[in-house]
Amino acid sequence: MEKFDKLTGIAAPMPLVNIDTDMIIPKVFLKSIQRTGFGKNLFDEMRYNRDGTEIADFVLNKPQYRDAKILVTGDNFGCGSSREHAPWALLDFGIRCVISTSFADIFYNNCFKNGILPIVLPQEDVDKLMDDASRGSNAVVTIDLENQTIQGPDGGEITFEVDAFKKHCLLNGLDDIGLTLDKAASIDAFEARAAQERPWV
Amino acid sequence: MSPKTLYDKIWDAHVAHEADDGTCLLYIDRHLVHEVTSPQAFEGLRLEGRTVRAPDKTIAVPDHNVPTTEDRVHGIVNEESRIQVEALDKNAKDFGIHYYPVNDVRQGIVHIVGPEQGWTLPGMTVVCGDSHTATHGAFGALAHGIGTSEVEHVLATQTLIQKKSKNMKVEITGKLRPGVTAKDITLSVIGKTGTAGGTGYVIEYCGEAIRDLSMEGRMTVCNMAIEGGARAGLIAPDQTTFDYVKGRPHAPKGAQWEAALAWWKTLYSDADAHWDMEITIPGEDIAPVVTWGTSPEDVLPITGKVPSPEDFRGGKVEAARRALDYMGLTPGMALTDIEIDTVFIGSCTNGRIEDLRAAAEILKGKKIKEGMRAMVVPGSGLVRAQAEEEGLAEIFREAGFEWRMAGCSMCLAMNPDQLSEGERCASTSNRNFEGRQGYKGRTHLVSPGMAAAAAITGRLTDVREMM
Ligand code: SF4
Repeated sequence: MEKFDKLTGIAAPMPLVNIDTDMIIPKVFLKSIQRTGFGKNLFDEMRYNRDGTEIADFVLNKPQYRDAKILVTGDNFGCGSSREHAPWALLDFGIRCVISTSFADIFYNNCFKNGILPIVLPQEDVDKLMDDASRGSNAVVTIDLENQTIQGPDGGEITFEVDAFKKHCLLNGLDDIGLTLDKAASIDAFEARAAQERPWV
Repeated sequence: MSPKTLYDKIWDAHVAHEADDGTCLLYIDRHLVHEVTSPQAFEGLRLEGRTVRAPDKTIAVPDHNVPTTEDRVHGIVNEESRIQVEALDKNAKDFGIHYYPVNDVRQGIVHIVGPEQGWTLPGMTVVCGDSHTATHGAFGALAHGIGTSEVEHVLATQTLIQKKSKNMKVEITGKLRPGVTAKDITLSVIGKTGTAGGTGYVIEYCGEAIRDLSMEGRMTVCNMAIEGGARAGLIAPDQTTFDYVKGRPHAPKGAQWEAALAWWKTLYSDADAHWDMEITIPGEDIAPVVTWGTSPEDVLPITGKVPSPEDFRGGKVEAARRALDYMGLTPGMALTDIEIDTVFIGSCTNGRIEDLRAAAEILKGKKIKEGMRAMVVPGSGLVRAQAEEEGLAEIFREAGFEWRMAGCSMCLAMNPDQLSEGERCASTSNRNFEGRQGYKGRTHLVSPGMAAAAAITGRLTDVREMM
């Protein structure tokens, strides 16, 4: 997994609430058995007409947002299906950070496993960043994970919370399977105990 | 000992390791696997030279992508779907996990197969790379959906890195009125909490109306906990649960059964347990409901009218405007005036035998409206076989329904069962998102009885008029 420490990039505004994983990556693209190549179909039904031409007024099709690295979105982003293809598609497109007032649980976890930082902020901070983001290519935002700050285009600073363990993994690009396997002794001990207590499992 | 909720008890029984910051390794008793969210996980294991830690606790079945037409015995035509199913065939074999291939009569939707085969038991931790894993909470099992990286993590370590959620109690008091089902309960709860209302919580459903439900109904309720944003939904096990589990192929037997039962009977929330949030809904207040919009929270009693964006506040105003436009509806029109093109009965929400019985009850001796496309997709091969034995298949066929093989089918429309642009469907599934059942397709979520009623009249219909 690619490390995430500091990120400077254009923020794109998507004020819609309840953007679900079917919108992020429609199921017709889930038939792949790879993890890559989903970026071109990110937000497919909102981004393209049926004939494959772009829908000009969709935010990521606008010239000033084509290289966006950050999304600022409405409440409850990533609800719906558990498909990890959603963060894979965001990552493949180049999005490394999503900012919202709330995220669906599974999506939120999936982001961290893929080097994407989801940031939860109070409504007024999201409103402020949404406003910044609507300034197009002038909306350059810097996210500093180490210090847990977001710097807006006009120098204002917003701080954010993140789970210490998730932050550690993201900063160092750690594979958590490796970390867990280091605790194999605890898992062995648990299994031995459980086999006594609940042998029917 | 301090009082605990059911969730606390199951959680405490499964913590294999706890770090200073409260991050836990939660041991997983059952890992269910399907073809769409697992190939990359198995690939990851291979790349790292890892194995499946507990193949005995890992159960795989293809469901999302499989065709549901009878000709599937001759092989899957769509190449990408076939590749995914073949990948699962191979992964199950290579890693030695339990497997129900497409042509096994026990094949079906993973969340129907698990309980049916007795893999899901009270007090267990159950995960699957699918958000509707919440279904298994009906047994008093802590069950939730995970992403593909977590699938790989569970395969390799049989644990999941977790932090504890908060406790929410949803109590449905009293009795349900005639024509009101588990589906109406679960949709009504989401209508009340909103799709993000459960975020950060595990919900325990309780109260007389929940106790009165069969296991099938309880599964319907827990299935949609995720649609309310919760990590999981739970119902405390009781005699109804034990009766359902007993004698299933992988349920404990003999002395083991007695030992299991003794523990299962301790699985309830203590009277003075702490709840971070509590919601009470009188069962009598719940009506048969339908969704009008593109989020499961867009719920109204069938007797209602299509709302207008001005009825909402904040970000929901724009969302409602977009939803009405997408759904092609005008504010103020009666929900019962909405004309339907297609009816879909099936999915892990409502694809069990009780659901088929409820729909058949309404359809008995009747015909679906001319021009209507209607299909029943049983949740598993065994549900299908039982429905045939009970004569339900005959009722559906005579009414004009297609009688399909088991799978997810039009619930997510990854296989050829899809809506076309603008086509409007009354569906017993769980998601009415834009494009969920096909590009620009329009979905109204309903109970099986309501779906059957709509098939007959050709419009959304109050099932109580047909009872
Ligand atoms: S029936 Fe629908 S919701 Fe259930 S597992 Fe299949 S696709 Fe998911």
